[in-house]
Amino acid sequence: MGYKLSFETVNSLFNELRKEYKIYAPKRFPKAGRYSDTDIIRYAEIKNVEEIVFDEKSDYPAKEVVSPITQTLFYFTEDEYREAKVHDKKVLIFARPCDINAQMNQDKIFLENGFEDTFYKRMRDKVNYVMMECTSSEDTCFCCSMGTNKTDNYGLAARFEEGQVLFNVKDDKFAPFFEGKEEAEYTVKFIEENETKVTIPVIPNKDVLNKLKEHDMWKEFNKRCVSCGSCTIACSTCTCFTTTDISYNENGSVGERRRTAASCQVAGFDEMAGGHDFRKTTADRYRYKTLHKIHDYNERFGQGHMCVGCGRCTERCPEFISFTATIEKVNKAVKEICGGECNA
Amino acid sequence: MHNELMPVACQILEFKQETQTEFTIKVATGDLKVEHGQFCQLSIPKIGECPISVSDYGDGWMDFTIRAVGKVTDEVFKLEAGDQLFIRGAYGKGWPVDQFKGKNVVIIAGGTGVAPVKSMINKFANEEGFAQSVNIIAGFKDENGILFKDTLKVWEEKFNTIYTLDRDEKEGFRTGLVTKFIEEIPFKDFGDNYEVVIVGPPIMMHFAGLECVKQGIPEEKIWVSFERKMSCAIGKCGHCRIDETYVCLEGPVFNYTQAKKLID
Repeated sequence: MGYKLSFETVNSLFNELRKEYKIYAPKRFPKAGRYSDTDIIRYAEIKNVEEIVFDEKSDYPAKEVVSPITQTLFYFTEDEYREAKVHDKKVLIFARPCDINAQMNQDKIFLENGFEDTFYKRMRDKVNYVMMECTSSEDTCFCCSMGTNKTDNYGLAARFEEGQVLFNVKDDKFAPFFEGKEEAEYTVKFIEENETKVTIPVIPNKDVLNKLKEHDMWKEFNKRCVSCGSCTIACSTCTCFTTTDISYNENGSVGERRRTAASCQVAGFDEMAGGHDFRKTTADRYRYKTLHKIHDYNERFGQGHMCVGCGRCTERCPEFISFTATIEKVNKAVKEICGGECNA
Repeated sequence: MHNELMPVACQILEFKQETQTEFTIKVATGDLKVEHGQFCQLSIPKIGECPISVSDYGDGWMDFTIRAVGKVTDEVFKLEAGDQLFIRGAYGKGWPVDQFKGKNVVIIAGGTGVAPVKSMINKFANEEGFAQSVNIIAGFKDENGILFKDTLKVWEEKFNTIYTLDRDEKEGFRTGLVTKFIEEIPFKDFGDNYEVVIVGPPIMMHFAGLECVKQGIPEEKIWVSFERKMSCAIGKCGHCRIDETYVCLEGPVFNYTQAKKLID
């Protein structure tokens, strides 16, 4: 069922929804960007529809709502750990198809991989999506190549127009909120083609994979990549974290255990106590990330690649390293290794 | 809801200094389950958490042999019997002990690498006949680095042992790297009925593995144990991942056929 709501009506809808839900959406933070006079668009709790940035891609992904950059796990005194509490409202996230698909990929790691992560699950169970329709594709987007341009994992779909929003109510539990609202024809559309296209190489076996790791193609990243980790923070699928303990003051017996997003691009990610590490160069680290996104993850879970083609890594890279260009280089290298025979 | 990341308070029963920087703590671990070759996450509130292999265990207790080289381990080093620390685990896939039954078991261990095989060797010592024979090459850097001195003596009486020091000369020890002594193991007498275990620093495992293969040992008979950085030990934090493999879940013990292909 479709509805057409003016911004004013959307705001009264939000007021009703907010009794049960916290609403998150991409929001503009003026002059908070990395260069002077630039803004940042990232996910935050919102009250009004005017706060939602719907006509630009957010700089940072929707994952932050579910797996935040920093999160307190436990509070402790000397002899007791207490699980950090979570709010008791449900969560509604305005997200693009790529970001919704990205969360499904995070689910595999946090919920299925060995053990279930309590802190992730308790937030994930609260989440309902308002799928924000993409009406155009930006030049760094390559969701169609990754098969993540579509999703049916949403309760509501929304198309933003001048001063109004078209809603499609897919999940009946939202129907009561739309009673008496103006009905309208609205069929959900997805982006069918991006300007940027990639072909993901097929790496047929470990021998080819290990030859690829040693391939000369990675060397250029020793000069270009500065190991800043911007790409992994902007990535809609990266899940890695490091746990750290803090105390509230130097002699205090109370403190907390937190986990904070970790980047495999930053030296020390694999460094063990005693100083031994494995990936010593920026090229090694860039190779590690790249292959996780377009091979290793799929090799483990088998239902598609980790990368959803949101293109944020490319946009955030201060050295203008394009992930799509990297994928094409991997493609070429794999062809070279296989003698042109094993590439799909 | 069960929270796997929630550690359990455990009391230290004994603190034993092994070397200048290495020590073993015996901890009352209650109901926590463990198998040979697994590890636990040890933590001290305000300091942090780290993976440590279980060096021995029995009913309601575990031993951890630790080198004080990091934030958490430095702090554990300051503890003593009666103090408390926090534990969760045990985690990972340990040694395929059942597969070793009735076989000639060869164990090549270097330095703190003796810790993750100690409980298994003690099982062989306590259950006579479980293994057809036990052959140990245990190497330490120098005289000051020798671990488990009393236990080494027990093993020496029961098993074929070669104890080595990389650079010192000492009675009861040969001088040289462990790899040098692999050729002295009587593989010819074992026929097909043997398994080889290699544990130690990455570089030692690498060369010991190559040497075994050079000696004609089939790769599928070789087992190694990896050490990697970990924050969670339950397949989430990503630090220990190599390709599609998580060392915390599929390891730390790997068969050599798999391990040799795991390039970080």
